[in-house]
Amino acid sequence: MITALFSSVEAGLLYALMALGVYISFRILDFPDLTVDGSFVTGAAVASVLIVGGVNPFIASLAALGAGFLAGCATGLLHTKGKINPLLSGILMMIALYSINLRIMDKPNVPLLQQETVMTIITTAFQRFDQALATFIPFIPKTWAIIVFGVLLVTIVKVVIDLFLKTEVGLALRAVGDNKKMIASFSGNTDRLTIIGLGLSNALVAFSGALIAQYSGFSDIGMGIGMIVIGLASVIIGEALFGAKTIVRATLAVILGAIVYRIVITLALRVQFLETGDVKLITALIVILALVVPQMVATRAEKQRKARKRGAAVASTQADYESV
Amino acid sequence: MLQLKQITKVFNEGTLDEKVALKHIELSLQPGDFVTIIGSNGAGKSTLMNIISGRLAPDTGEVVIDGKNVTTMSEHDRARYIGRVFQDPMAGTAPNMTIEENLAIAYNRTVRRTLQFGVTKKRREFFKETLATLQLGLENRLHAKVGLLSGGERQALSLLMATFTKPHVLLLDEHTAALDPARAQLITNLTKQIVEQYRLTTLMVTHNMEQAVQLGNRLIMMDGGQIIFEASGEEKKKLTVEALLQEFQRIRGSQFASDRAVLV
Ligand SMILES: Nc1ncnc2c1ncn2[C@@H]1O[C@H](COP(=O)(O)OP(=O)(O)O)[C@@H](O)[C@H]1O
Ligand SMILES: [Mg+2]
Repeated sequence: MITALFSSVEAGLLYALMALGVYISFRILDFPDLTVDGSFVTGAAVASVLIVGGVNPFIASLAALGAGFLAGCATGLLHTKGKINPLLSGILMMIALYSINLRIMDKPNVPLLQQETVMTIITTAFQRFDQALATFIPFIPKTWAIIVFGVLLVTIVKVVIDLFLKTEVGLALRAVGDNKKMIASFSGNTDRLTIIGLGLSNALVAFSGALIAQYSGFSDIGMGIGMIVIGLASVIIGEALFGAKTIVRATLAVILGAIVYRIVITLALRVQFLETGDVKLITALIVILALVVPQMVATRAEKQRKARKRGAAVASTQADYESV
Repeated sequence: MLQLKQITKVFNEGTLDEKVALKHIELSLQPGDFVTIIGSNGAGKSTLMNIISGRLAPDTGEVVIDGKNVTTMSEHDRARYIGRVFQDPMAGTAPNMTIEENLAIAYNRTVRRTLQFGVTKKRREFFKETLATLQLGLENRLHAKVGLLSGGERQALSLLMATFTKPHVLLLDEHTAALDPARAQLITNLTKQIVEQYRLTTLMVTHNMEQAVQLGNRLIMMDGGQIIFEASGEEKKKLTVEALLQEFQRIRGSQFASDRAVLV
């Protein structure tokens, strides 16, 4: 049980990068980008093929990031220059990427089990530390390496995003999602900003895909199916649980949301009658719940507030009446 | 400063909905000119503003700013020369961003955006000083989201954002029309103050004839996509609302009755 939770935190950290990408497109750019299902696999495919080809896994992962950037830019071009609506641009790119990913991998599945990956490298580097820790902490996971690496990496990415969104270019990017007419009247090239924003978003998604492939020991053509919903689930759960008042808060919430999502799925799968195949259904249900429950809570609060007000009004007219 | 040469614009050309919005518009502004524009609904005033700002392309004709032909320049490139305030108080600012972030975005209208921080200590001081000239206390709310401001406050901020970087041309399209009378008066006063302070070359569309007569050194009346009356200098100074209405009646006699309601 603890081991299962431990690995869901590990995976959650790596998926958090993807969720941050989804946060950039959905929340910052206000662009529902479905490219994610494809670009996640593109990242995994590029990294796996390069690693099998003998390239350093860190460099392979960065190459995946670059490939994701290009995929996102392509979606941006479809939307801005091709004047195709956001949803359709993403869907078209997602479908196109399916074939491209197959071409990159040359087969539906590339195993990485015998390969040196980012995960094996850091685990080896951590061996001494793991042994030392084992003498202090009674609970013994296989290794602390991935958690430590994940926390470090995700923190760095988060801080870089937070800072970037405060730069002149970053502010313009946020304005594109907030008020296009306004940013255009202040010399912002909305087309270019949208393209760059989607590029950055999908770069993170692909980077996450590359790391997940190395974490799970393979890349697979189907590993991206429903990824956008998982990303959304993380964003929505995170925002609902941890708030999104400021950017700094929101990016943290998204990361925690990704981890919470993994934990929920792990726990759900321990329920007797649920099977692995039910994961996507559970995901959809979680998103629906996360979307509907806050609404219901809000309406309820509003109703109660109104009822109180009405009560107070009645009381005060009564008081007036009595005082006369 | 700004020249419009033979601007024509037709919407939905060749269809049943064909609408000639502008016909052979000629206009030339000298530096520091403050032109008020009046005209009934559908006269083509907004279309004219949109063609100057590059939101719309004219069918024929040229837009020249500072001697430079900008007719084919994109809206965002042209924005380096132009400051704009829209009718809708929500249109000119980003609601989910703070006051200082909005000002930082406006600051970059003329300066290329880089990976520097948008709000630096130095800029924040500058923003504070500039905001203080509005006398609305916004300088103490730099971190407030703009969406929380009232319509009047937002429009005042929009006006400041459009002007504090001293645009070559300032375009105001009924920017007080959506506000209640008191707020509209406030924005009108601020407009006057700012335009004088920065000596901005300004085009201001207004539905308020009183305002059109009082403000600026030139006045233009538009109807049916044409400039049908123009006054400047001494003539403009002597102009009254009543005289304007008579002028309109003289030119467009029959339509007067129906348009009077709109114009006053
Ligand atoms: N995008 C558009 N498509 C079709 N017709 C338009 C469009 N914009 C404006 N028009 C028409 O052009 C004419 C001038 O409109 P506009 O410039 O908005 O007038 P004003 O601002 O003076 O009230 C109107 O008849 C309007 O219906
Ligand atoms: Mg108009």
